[in-house]
Amino acid sequence: MLPRVILLGPQRFRPTVGEVVRDLALEAPFALITAGWKEREGEDEELRQALGRPSYNLGLYAHASALYGEDRELHAAIRARQTRLRDLQELYRARLEPAMDAVYRLEGFVGKEEALVHPERESALEMVRALDRHHLGRVGEIREEHRTRHAPLDREPVARRREAMATRIHQAGAVFIAGGHVALLLNRLRLFDLAPILRHKLVVAWSAGAMAASERIVLFHDHPPQGRGHAEVLDQGLSLFPGVLPLPHASARLHLHDPRRVGVFARRFSDQRSVALDPGARVAWRAGGWKPHEGVRQLTAEGVTPWGMTNAPDGDAA
Amino acid sequence: MSGEDLAAIHDARLRDLATGALDDASVRRFADEHGVPLVSADRVTFVYYGRADAVHLRHWVYGLPGHQPFSRLAGTNLWFREVNLPPKSRVEYKLEVVVDGEGQWHLDPLNPRRAHDPFGANSVCHGPGYVRPAWTLPQPDARSGALVEVAVKSRVFGETRRVPLYLPARFRTTGRYPLLVVHDGSDYVDYAALEVVLDNLIDGLEIPPLIAALSNPGERLVEYPGDPRHAQHITEELVPYLEAKFPVIRRPNARGIAGASFGAVASLYTAWRYPGFYGRLLLQSGSFAFTDIGPHHRSREFDPVVAFMNAFRRAPGRPSERVFVSCGTYESLIYENRSMVPFFQGAGLDVRYVEARDGHNWENWRDRLREGLSWLFPGPLWMTYE
Repeated sequence: MLPRVILLGPQRFRPTVGEVVRDLALEAPFALITAGWKEREGEDEELRQALGRPSYNLGLYAHASALYGEDRELHAAIRARQTRLRDLQELYRARLEPAMDAVYRLEGFVGKEEALVHPERESALEMVRALDRHHLGRVGEIREEHRTRHAPLDREPVARRREAMATRIHQAGAVFIAGGHVALLLNRLRLFDLAPILRHKLVVAWSAGAMAASERIVLFHDHPPQGRGHAEVLDQGLSLFPGVLPLPHASARLHLHDPRRVGVFARRFSDQRSVALDPGARVAWRAGGWKPHEGVRQLTAEGVTPWGMTNAPDGDAA
Repeated sequence: MSGEDLAAIHDARLRDLATGALDDASVRRFADEHGVPLVSADRVTFVYYGRADAVHLRHWVYGLPGHQPFSRLAGTNLWFREVNLPPKSRVEYKLEVVVDGEGQWHLDPLNPRRAHDPFGANSVCHGPGYVRPAWTLPQPDARSGALVEVAVKSRVFGETRRVPLYLPARFRTTGRYPLLVVHDGSDYVDYAALEVVLDNLIDGLEIPPLIAALSNPGERLVEYPGDPRHAQHITEELVPYLEAKFPVIRRPNARGIAGASFGAVASLYTAWRYPGFYGRLLLQSGSFAFTDIGPHHRSREFDPVVAFMNAFRRAPGRPSERVFVSCGTYESLIYENRSMVPFFQGAGLDVRYVEARDGHNWENWRDRLREGLSWLFPGPLWMTYE
């Protein structure tokens, strides 16, 4: 039995989608989602080549751009919503920074009585978790308000395109979701409400695609050229799989050699398994559980550790 | 030959060398093994080996005596000079070697590190903790942009000026790009690795793909320090030409102007003459000489700078939205650059000011580009996972 979702490491320098196709003997045609590449959405020759089978790009970015021209009211509403979401993210960030600073400050308290410090550390982290939950709730409210007021799925330009996409997806042996701009990708996936359709298909996703398909999207970079580098919750994802927080390019974007930072990250998002999706990584999910391929690592309270060591074909995964 | 005894050498490595047989070959091997100048946590030891009456360290650290004499190890041709350098310092220098009463300036023969500029080269001392940033070096995985050249007719100067343009990797005529006008653009490429830096920062998503116009002056000392013709040429000829021929975003917050030294003066002056047109300013080690009281004491090339800066300080207006200012703490211009910060803030600009333990040179300006450019033109790093 095929897995439902396969998450891969970044494909730019080490493409592994072809291996997935061969290992699982996937049947073409495939549906491609490359909306995260924005205006380069159609430049998918390398991906098609790596897949080696007939593929059809669903063209979410182009379709969204076209329908914005057809339905200007909806376009204006979406822009207004995005402005509100950006502003809300800024407000969240203003609260998050001092909260995370406090967490790291307490982490740095050494030589004090541990029984005294430990509960304070946990309390500080719980405050961050509460803030994350609060933010996700506010984001959800804004999205719900938009849905209720503008009913995008009831609009003909959206419905027509969604139907055509659904047909393509139903015909596809698998759907491949590439990375890119995660918010833009998520918004296009949401605009056409593809989650219910994708749940019935094998989805292979990487980078921003893996993030968008997850339950909760967390933006992260420990050493950006500007800012503090505190991971931020952005939004709920499509929830195509449970329990895993995908971290593409983790080795490049996170200080994985710093157990304190790794530990704080893992504890903050302890309701999920934080998984490093570096080049070559591959994990598969089907109802009943996850199966990581060899070499996949996870972030834990103690630092970075391997996540499982089995290497059986994905189809044999429990 | 008189001189110091071994106890005067504090670096143990050099002391070990000095206790053995000294000759050109042994000193060269020593330099290759340990690197010269010798760097330790709290000091740097410069070394010279050869026949000389005297050796002096000639450096460009403002505030220290401009030449510092080496000591000779008694009975040898080994010369040394210890200097306390704060962490992460970077110092350019030459050695003045006096033989038979005549002093000549040389690059340090034991130190392969060189920094180049339009006037030649200097030896470079990396103080404790200084490491050349990786993003200033070519990265094999980074996509490369391209340099092309355009010819811009200038009515202002009565000639056609050839302007190199940096186009980002995967440039598309259907894209939309911020525009950065860079004074002394070719020098930025040649001496501050601007092309490499842009490639790396764009590939690393730290700045968006942008177009940089690498403007070069005709008569630099005339056009850069407050010449209205220059501001007019850049703003009314170069930028409109580029906007007509290339897909640049026509908004102030996507339009920047940059420069170092007199190029920073030219940038500020141009923005001041056209307030609001350039939403982003990158000013590195600006030659911002002014005189609140009395005459200035710099060379007469600074006369027009002072005239402009005095006028600017009287009425700064709001030349831009956001400005990044950097200066080396080892520069004589540090006072002037620091003093600009409250002026910019008072004018309502969003200001980022950065100092580094470096001098008035291209590698200092190179090393600050990441912080400056990523602040002026934030890239999609936080949102993009390719």
